[in-house]
Amino acid sequence: MSSFEVERKDDGSVTTLYLKGYLDAHTAPELESAFQKLVDEKRFNVIVSMAELTYISSAGMGVFMGFIETMRDNRGDIKLSNLPPKIYRVFDLLGFPLLYEVYEEEKQALKRFRELMGESGSEEAESPPEAR
Amino acid sequence: MAQESAVYQLKLPSRTENLEIIREFVARIAQKAGFDDEDVAKIELAVDEACTNVVKHAYEGGSDKPIDVVVKLDYSKLTVIVTDQGKGFNPESVEVPDIKEYLAELRVGGLGIYLIRTLMDEVKYDIRPGVRNQVKMVKYFVGEGGETRRSEEVFIGTSQSAHVPKDEQRR
Repeated sequence: MSSFEVERKDDGSVTTLYLKGYLDAHTAPELESAFQKLVDEKRFNVIVSMAELTYISSAGMGVFMGFIETMRDNRGDIKLSNLPPKIYRVFDLLGFPLLYEVYEEEKQALKRFRELMGESGSEEAESPPEAR
Repeated sequence: MAQESAVYQLKLPSRTENLEIIREFVARIAQKAGFDDEDVAKIELAVDEACTNVVKHAYEGGSDKPIDVVVKLDYSKLTVIVTDQGKGFNPESVEVPDIKEYLAELRVGGLGIYLIRTLMDEVKYDIRPGVRNQVKMVKYFVGEGGETRRSEEVFIGTSQSAHVPKDEQRR
């Protein structure tokens, strides 16, 4: 039985990672290698869907922090979706909603990526929220 | 009965795989003591962060050193004491004055210290590098009218090592 799983789905230039189980210092390296693989493949538009994530500690959140810059430097982003209340509370404690776009539904995040791509060249598309 | 205190102890090798066991141990005790789900989650996370720091920093990944987790309950509070014999650190040096600034710099690590302070009511470090480092974290029972909301029937004083004590139905 696995305590943590990352499932991946590619849809055009956007990849969704589905997290399942608990994300702590023990399982964070698994997520790290999933992200590293995306960077190696030059896939920088990432949605992380957390519907089935039961627990997260700072070790898990550190993975997002470790990759957000790389993704944004390459005109991509990490967008978060489907956070269970328990998980959202931890993100909120650390002020993550200021740094990351958080969506209720994965499809909203996907739509946002599509909009940004369609509007590429517009100012909005090139400015991540915190870069104002 | 309400004045009765209980002590639970868990001693494990400092491996990340044991974090799950530590969390379940502490969460179960907090739950049975009457904390609501949100407080249980806070206690669980704070203890995880303290133990993660031990594994990653105090022992620098060395896996055969012990982590000692003691949970104490009395009528007003739950106290968790995490002890290691690693190299220790100066909690002052990891002061996080402005979390927004900290996050903006995308600094990974050190978040644990901030979280522990935010999640628990009291946090105290006693650092003696190489001898014994201890972090003591307290969460108070807060009920309406300042009364304890802890259920009285659950805990009877026991002190045990290396395993989760079974519930003792001594009532």
